[in-house]
This record gives sequence, structure tokens and C-alpha cells, in this order.
Amino acid sequence: MRGNLAKTFELANTQVFLRAPLPKSYANYLGQKLFRLVLTVQGLGAFALITLGVILRKSGVAKNVIRPRIRQEIARAGVALLPMFVFVALALGFVVVGQTIAALARVGQMTFLGQTMVIVIVRELGPLIAAMLVLARVGTANVIELGTARALGEVEALEALGIDPVHYLIVPRVIGMSLGIFSLTVYLIIGALASGYLFAFLQDAPLTPRDYCDQLAAALGWLDFVMLALKTVAFGFFIAIVTCYHGLSQPLRLEDVSRVAVRAVSQGIIVCVLIDAAFIVIYLFS
Amino acid sequence: MSEQPGSATPPAAIELREVTVASMRDASLNVVEAVNWSVLPGEFWVIGGQQYSGKSDLLMLAAGLMHPAAGTCRIFGFETGSFGEAQLAERLRVGFVFQGGQLFNRLTVAENIALPLCYQKNLTMAEATQAVGGWLEVMELAPFAEMTPSSVAAGWRHRTALARALVLKPELLLLDNPLSGFSPRHRQWLLQFLDRLWHGHELFDGRPVTIAVTTDDLRPWQNPRRKFALLHEKKFTAIGPWAELERTDHPTVKELMAELVETQN
Repeated sequence: MRGNLAKTFELANTQVFLRAPLPKSYANYLGQKLFRLVLTVQGLGAFALITLGVILRKSGVAKNVIRPRIRQEIARAGVALLPMFVFVALALGFVVVGQTIAALARVGQMTFLGQTMVIVIVRELGPLIAAMLVLARVGTANVIELGTARALGEVEALEALGIDPVHYLIVPRVIGMSLGIFSLTVYLIIGALASGYLFAFLQDAPLTPRDYCDQLAAALGWLDFVMLALKTVAFGFFIAIVTCYHGLSQPLRLEDVSRVAVRAVSQGIIVCVLIDAAFIVIYLFS
Repeated sequence: MSEQPGSATPPAAIELREVTVASMRDASLNVVEAVNWSVLPGEFWVIGGQQYSGKSDLLMLAAGLMHPAAGTCRIFGFETGSFGEAQLAERLRVGFVFQGGQLFNRLTVAENIALPLCYQKNLTMAEATQAVGGWLEVMELAPFAEMTPSSVAAGWRHRTALARALVLKPELLLLDNPLSGFSPRHRQWLLQFLDRLWHGHELFDGRPVTIAVTTDDLRPWQNPRRKFALLHEKKFTAIGPWAELERTDHPTVKELMAELVETQN
């Protein structure tokens, strides 16, 4: 508990370096940028490991406090976003699925429909869009809430009460966001595939609902389900880690919070793209 | 850990030896140096100092919330540098009240007070808020129990923070500038309440609480049984009881007692 906050402070000390003005020479500029990148990766890695350690070690501690907080976070990063996801699923179905079905029908290649849908919607767009939307809606809120809490001394207050800030503030957000993104991705994929067929049906595409479902079922393998679960949980975990890290490791100044929120969102997008790329590699070699 | 289980005298509640205190905001800046200070169980210490003299940093260090930049800090015989999960019970022997209260604005007043009970005793929030009913009465906070801290006045927020620090019944209570900026009514109430705690409050089953406070105004703390110390230009000086304080001709002490001197004149 005591060590966790100390480590957070150590991570925060890197902010001194991050705030230093950039040098004018190009070599120095690139060197400093590279050094900043290394420090950020190191800080994020350490923070992720600390959080994982707390999740594992304290799974049974203060259940009556942590479980309601996890439920709150699932509601915030999952249930509360459902209306927006219904809209996005309809839009995705119309833009991608509906047009793809109509285009394949025109060239007489409807047999590729299932595989195309699985690659585009199930493997790529569904998880990535869900992650981006949760990052924008909940990730930014995480940075601002935690940054403000840190600036107002609430983290020290938790320490003074013998409450581990990582356990109380971070663990519920990490678990809530991981489960939230996983669930929302499943709903988004189902919604997009269903609405896409609806739009294709309205365009008189030569495909019965049964054929459509059969093609999708044939194209989906067990690896898709496993990868979907792993990828969405990884998105949730790392978005929460990036946003919480930037929120918690803030210097004690309120005016820094908005600037760091922007940086956290940028890094969140980069992390999501890197995770996505890693899963593409796994798909290619499987 | 350095506690001697067989030793006859109980360890000091706080023991600082050659401690250098770094600023909480900038770890490279030392605000107080070479502090030697012992607080024995049952004592009431008042640390005077002007603004930015390092009072808050010293108190946070004494509570185990910061590591000393140099020297050793022990709380009830346990070195704070080794505070970890295993020393949680020792950690909870200390209550800390921040100058600004540092309440959680998303929780109600009652939930703020109940949070330590919920977490440490694994109670549900409903059970814990019931359990803190006595504290709400004592602190006269019952009418504000369901309000959030941001919607109550500063004096009531401070009482909420005090109740939150006391709900786990610590043996040592540290308060950072507790009288700063409050109305005479709240100041009077707090002084009387701290005296009752010091002598043994009924909510503590009559057990006296060791207390240390910081202040930038020594006058309200006048009491022959309290001990006084001074922070000035990075130096910590333990002066002693009020009579010693009156005898010293240190300009900062005079300044911190200025209005009292003027009144007496």
C-alpha cells in the first residue's frame, strides 16, 4: 500500500523531465523525444505491473467496497454507453455491411460475404471502434477525475486512512473498462451485422437470412471468439492503465489536468493500434 | 521494525532522529533539516511556524505519509520506511486531518466518515453509515449526513474530516493547521473537542489520545500542559510548555503570539 503510492510518486517525477522545453537542435530534439518515449513506456509498464499485482493480491480485500465500485465502473464504461452503441451499430451496419453485401451481390461473389464480415467487423472494426468510443467517453473522464483527485490531495487522504489508492481508484476502473469494452464490442458486432443485413434486404440483395447466418457461422472459428475476448479485454486494460496513469501521476497542479487528458487520449489511441497490430500478427501466423 | 517487546516503557508515539523533511511538491527541496523530536503517549504538541515553513510536510512525514530525505522516523517504534501491507495495523494507530479536509466529493458526508470502516472492516456502506451515527451526533453533523462535502460550509467539512480520521479510533491524532480560516464558533468547539479527546472521550471509552497540531497562531493553544515547538528557517526547535514559550525571545515566537502580547500590554 505504502509502496504503491511511493512508486506512483516516482513515476510522477518523470513529469519534471517531460515538462522541460524541447531543445532547438534536431538531434537533441529527436533524442529528447526518444527519451520521453522510453520514460513513458517505462512508467506505463511499471504502473500496469503494479495494478496487476494489486488485482491478484487483493482480490479478497474490502469486497464490500470494491465490488460496488466495480459495478459502478461497468455501468459507466458499459451500460451507460449502450444507447450510443446502438446508434453506432446501426451506422456501421449501414456504412460497411449494407454496402458490402450490395457490392458483392453486384459482382456475384456472395460466397465471400461471411469471411469478409468476420474479418472487417468481428476481428477489426468492432473491437477497435468500441475501444475508441470508450476511450473518448470514459478514458478522458478517468484522467480528469483522477488528476483532480490527485491535485486536491484525495490520494494522500486515502493513504492516511490506510486505503491503497491503486486498489480503491484504479482496480475498479481497470476491471470495469475491460468488461465494459468486451460487452459493448459483442453488442456492437451483433448490432452491426443485423442492421447491415437489414439494409441489404431493403436493397433486394439476393441473400436469405438463413444463408447470411450460415455464411457467418461458417466463417467464424473458435480462434475468433478467443481472440475477440482477449483483444477487447486487452483494450480495456490498457486504456484504463494509460488514462489512470496520466491521471494519478500528475503533479499537484489543477491546470495540468486538461493538457494531460489530451496526451492520455493520444497515447490511448496509439496503444490500441499497437494491440490491434499484435493481434493481426497472431491471426496471420495462426 | 525496532520495537522491543520486552521493554518496560512504551515506545514514543512519534520519534524523529536527525530527520530531513523534503517538500511534498518538490522532493528535491528540503524544507526542514536535522529534526529531533519525540512525542510520548498522552502528550499534546503544538508546532508553530509561519506559512511555507514546512509544517504540513513535517506532519505528513510524522504520520508516515512521506519518507524522510535523511534520518529515521518511527511511529510507535516502527520505522515508517518499512511501512507496508504487514504494518497496516500500526499505520491505523495514526489519524491524520489535512488542512483542507481532503474529503471525497462524490461521497456524502456520512459516506466519507464511513469509508475507512467499510474498507478496513469490510462492511457494506449501509452498515458503516449506521455505525457512524454516534460520530455524526458528536460532531453535530447529522443534519448534513446526506449532503456532499462541497455543499456544506468549511467548518462542517473540517468536522467531517476529523470524524473520518477518528472513526477507526487511532491512538495518535495529527491535525494540520486545524483552526485556520474558521469562525470563532467552530474554533471554540474544536479546541474543546480536542481537549476532551486528549483527556479521554467517551467514544474512545475514556482512552486518552495523543495529539499533535500545527499552527500559524499560537494564541488559541495556550495551556500549561501542552508542549510547544517552533519551525523557523528549516530548523525545528522543541521549546516546551507555554511558560517556556513566553520566556523565549525568539522573534518568530513573538510574532506567532503577537496579538496576545498586545492584548496583555
